[in-house]
Amino acid sequence: MSMVYDREHPVPMPPILWDNKGFWEGIGRHELVFQRCKQCGTWLHPPRPVCPRCRSIEKEWAPSKGKGTVYSWVIYRESPHPSFRAPYAVVLVEMNEGVRLVSNMVDVKPEEIYIGMPVEVVFDDVAEGLTLPKFRKVG
Amino acid sequence: MKSIRKKAAIAGIGMSGFSRDSQRTELYLACQCIKAALDDAGLTPEDVDGLVKQTDDASDEHAVTSSMGMGNLTYFGECRWRAAPSAMVMRAAMAVAAGMANYIVVYRSVNGSSKRRMTPSMRTSGQMSTSDMLQWTFHAPFGHMSDVGRVAMIVRRYMHEFRVGADAFGWVPTVCREHGARNPNGMFYKKPITIKDYLKSAVVVEPLRRLDYYEEADAAAALVVTTAEKARDLRHRPAYVLGAAQNMLAETEELTPYYGSAMSGLPETAQVARTLFNMARVARKDIQCVQVDDSYGPLVPMQLEELGFCRRGEGVAFCEKGDRLRVGGQLPLNTSGGSLGEGHIHGMNHVVEAVRQIRGTSTAQVKDAELVLVASGAGGPASGLILGGV
Repeated sequence: MSMVYDREHPVPMPPILWDNKGFWEGIGRHELVFQRCKQCGTWLHPPRPVCPRCRSIEKEWAPSKGKGTVYSWVIYRESPHPSFRAPYAVVLVEMNEGVRLVSNMVDVKPEEIYIGMPVEVVFDDVAEGLTLPKFRKVG
Repeated sequence: MKSIRKKAAIAGIGMSGFSRDSQRTELYLACQCIKAALDDAGLTPEDVDGLVKQTDDASDEHAVTSSMGMGNLTYFGECRWRAAPSAMVMRAAMAVAAGMANYIVVYRSVNGSSKRRMTPSMRTSGQMSTSDMLQWTFHAPFGHMSDVGRVAMIVRRYMHEFRVGADAFGWVPTVCREHGARNPNGMFYKKPITIKDYLKSAVVVEPLRRLDYYEEADAAAALVVTTAEKARDLRHRPAYVLGAAQNMLAETEELTPYYGSAMSGLPETAQVARTLFNMARVARKDIQCVQVDDSYGPLVPMQLEELGFCRRGEGVAFCEKGDRLRVGGQLPLNTSGGSLGEGHIHGMNHVVEAVRQIRGTSTAQVKDAELVLVASGAGGPASGLILGGV
């Protein structure tokens, strides 16, 4: 299963702000990056202005290796938005860097998904000006 | 330690009915309930010198004061999130205990089903908060757009960590509907469900079913909070605020605590419980009934764990068959029906019902109820109350 979009209804575009701009710029060039604190090295997601561990405001956009495991998952049997055709899966992926990311799976049956499933990032150009980081099973 | 234990009490309650279309504005419903709560206490609008509202409520304070003819407010404030009901009472109790006001009205009015509004308020006109930003930036593009979906993600993780099956959450909705079926003011009067109905209910966002969460309603509720001394001179038995607490942690997100160290628990609720029991100086076993946020039924066993009524991971077993949760059981739950069985007014009916239990006027009365716990705001900023008759 991969997400099926209804092309008549645009996918909600993520609002780009100063704090999250680097993430979406990375995705746009098919690179998964997360905020990393320059002072203590903590990986941060979702992005934020200050490192909650050491309170530094110095951060960088660091490339992720793109690998992780499914931390939790759900199946929408009813769609809350006309752009998304139910059923579809939403997964919460725990990256090997330690941060978690809400996303979708590609090319996997819902009954195949399980917590702990190894996954890796792929990039889905879903619409003009919108690329989304998604995941496929590894192995 | 300085404490507001038993410095304040709830002396008046007012509730509208629950409907799918009130045909009224939210301001009308608010005023109707405020008038009912003041009548109930034996007070008039001229007595009121404080207001506490829910931040997202469309009825602004000055619309209420001008409509009701309240003369001279010396205290007004807001609380946000689904944790607002208990937190609003806490705030009012603090204000009367500090002498900043004498009679404070706490209100919440929402046409959640019909969306019939008086005017588009600032809060409902599209102004984005940082939480909205998180949802729209990192969840919505992936179709993760409904609250039931957000909660389903938490529940799946809980099921995994504690080896709980998907069909194990049916007893809370069943008991809430049984209690609600006895309540003529509720949306589900004489409409109980059985566990079989639950298991036949449609899966909306797996693992959650339609009967796992509330239905939208048009409704309003109001409370009158005053000092313990003044409450004793009013019409009804006071429901004293013995404990009041709210909590937020570094990792708190509203219904999406996905990014912290663990998401199979409700750490904010655990902190609220710690404060409540220390302040009220009562034990878990002394609590005679609980009114717990059941907007999402599967979060009830998790709250019972975090509140300390059972151990972590044992909440589902605690609720099994529902016998502990029914009137006459060990810990009667949501005796008016709560959000699932009475109607959804964002948890305000849970506070109103706690007061009714202490007065002895519930439609599912717990015998000699003297100590009632209210828990608001599961899965985000949380709050709670322990109300007592003595």
